[in-house]
Amino acid sequence: MSEIATLKIWRGPNKTAGRFESYEVPYEPGQSVLDGLRWIRVYKDPTLAFRYSCINANACKECMMEIDGETIYACTTRLEPRAMTVEPLGKKKLVRDLVTEIAPPQERLRLK
Amino acid sequence: MAEPLRAETDVLVIGSGAAGMYAAIEAARAGCQVMLIDRSLIGRGGATVMAQMTVAVALGSQAPDHWSHHYHDTLTAGRGLCNETLARLLCEEGPACIEEMDTWGVGWARKDGRITTAFAPGHDRARCVYVDFLNTGPAVSKTLRGVVNKTTGISRSGDLCVVDLAKSDGVVTGAVAWHVGSGAPVVISAKATIVATGGLTRLYRRNSGSANMGGDGYAICLRAGAPLIDMEFVQFFPIGHLAPRLIGMDPIMWDPFRYKLGGRLLNSRMEEFTQSYGVPEDGKYVITRDVGTYAILKEVEAGRGSPHGGVYLSFQHCSEAALREAFGPVIDRLAKNHIDLTKMPIEVAPIAHYHMGGVAANARMETEVPGLLVAGEAVGGANGANRLSGNAITEALVFGRQAGRTAAACVKVTRAPSPPDARETLDLLRGEERKDAPNTAEMLQALQAIMADDVGPLRTQAKLERALSHIDELDVALGARPFGVAQPFDLTRLDWLDLRNMVTVARVVTQAALLRTESRGAHQREDLPGMLPEWRVNQVVRLKNGRIEISRMPAAPIEMAAQ
Repeated sequence: MSEIATLKIWRGPNKTAGRFESYEVPYEPGQSVLDGLRWIRVYKDPTLAFRYSCINANACKECMMEIDGETIYACTTRLEPRAMTVEPLGKKKLVRDLVTEIAPPQERLRLK
Repeated sequence: MAEPLRAETDVLVIGSGAAGMYAAIEAARAGCQVMLIDRSLIGRGGATVMAQMTVAVALGSQAPDHWSHHYHDTLTAGRGLCNETLARLLCEEGPACIEEMDTWGVGWARKDGRITTAFAPGHDRARCVYVDFLNTGPAVSKTLRGVVNKTTGISRSGDLCVVDLAKSDGVVTGAVAWHVGSGAPVVISAKATIVATGGLTRLYRRNSGSANMGGDGYAICLRAGAPLIDMEFVQFFPIGHLAPRLIGMDPIMWDPFRYKLGGRLLNSRMEEFTQSYGVPEDGKYVITRDVGTYAILKEVEAGRGSPHGGVYLSFQHCSEAALREAFGPVIDRLAKNHIDLTKMPIEVAPIAHYHMGGVAANARMETEVPGLLVAGEAVGGANGANRLSGNAITEALVFGRQAGRTAAACVKVTRAPSPPDARETLDLLRGEERKDAPNTAEMLQALQAIMADDVGPLRTQAKLERALSHIDELDVALGARPFGVAQPFDLTRLDWLDLRNMVTVARVVTQAALLRTESRGAHQREDLPGMLPEWRVNQVVRLKNGRIEISRMPAAPIEMAAQ
């Protein structure tokens, strides 16, 4: 019972200055990819940036990212005991790591 | 560090759950300029989106009802500690807010044209409106966000985390925030400030709130000089999902199932047990949250728990057709999680859900500090020692609307405030990266473990004292200067700012629990069972020279409205 999920994650402040880093996460059946990302912050690297609020309820809709090339929520995607690629949304402006600017323009900080 | 960004508004609303959004709408339609900010995204974080079903309100849409009956039930659930004025406001103004939400198109469930009401434990009749299926919170959020967008005069900004309120001459005149999206400090000056930041569920390992509900509103108000009350009363939701593991589902989803289908709580012998704790259920859902939590934890303690440390909840008496009629597509989502309710029970256990305590306020939502208002779960007192099912969203709407109104009235008589004194907070945000900084995510997890293990629903002096010493250790490790740097989405810095608030609030909850030498509602002292008449008092928490001071005041006399 020591299966491993390997998450290959984009790290960096923009889409050119960055790199993929791989993290090995202990796999338990039933986990989500979001669970895996949260595990990495606690046990490997607290600087890994991604958005989420509601944890695993799929209510806040903040954790959308690209997982194995598919645009999907990290909280509804099962973690699997294999290599998985996790990237920020390709069509949104990158803020850092997996965080993109997903709020509509009128709900962002705009100061005169 | 670069100069901070600056903004100016009439009314600053901190938090964009139901309370904050309703407050913003109400102040804007009274003619104010409003700035609505949230540390997460507007209308997405917080507790509102997590609400699964019930909103308690005496609409009388299906059968006669009157707010005074709702009030009576609220006071009874509160075990003698409700602030009568706030509870009355909640019940009396609830119908108007629910009806306005209806005109805004929230989509309350209807039958034959009338809004449907469900029965929930603690109510004397069916009184809870909802949006199918398990969609109340998202529908409320989406509706209010739509109205906010259409209302003239509300500017919105997500990713803006308030670090502290700012004052000038003893008056709150805005706030200093950290813009998570860029790492820049922002000074906001406002004639009135409304804190609508929700509760403190994130202090606990297993919780039903969002990750951004770490009691930050309580901490910033306390530091600004506003007292908190009833901080020892943390509501645990008895039947939070435990196993098998689910994804894409809210852990409090079994509540709606119980409202509609009853369900049976069973121990490891597959026997019903709530009758041993004074509440025979007989297939109906009648047990209140405080008693349900106690009964489940005691069954587990006696060795009659389920494999993952909870109890079973069974709907095996329901047919597939009945399940589908009640919950439609949710049944397919359960199937994807390999759950067939006709064939298996699921495991449930108490989960931190709501905070009865909060910032002390009057019925105008004013705190003791001029310029500072509160709304929603941030307000303490309306629900006493135990909240009635369904009162949280009602409270968010009613208190939000009232706070918006009061803020607008304040703005009319307030001249442009002198610029807030932001120096201390800006200096804090100037912190350099610490090379030896501990892992903030690990510290957060450690704090949640301390609170869950020793400041949960069942408490003793020894456990509470142990918790305090562990909280002190975390506080030392946290230090006085933030970790991380001023860069976009630096989660270590955000965690540090959160931990600063969470450690304060954890200490307040624990100290208040240690001082209350009795058991009442959500506060159960195993070393001191039973309610004592002399403890019919509210504990009031203040910060004096950086130290927590707790005093007592008699609970408002309770005169039952419905005689």
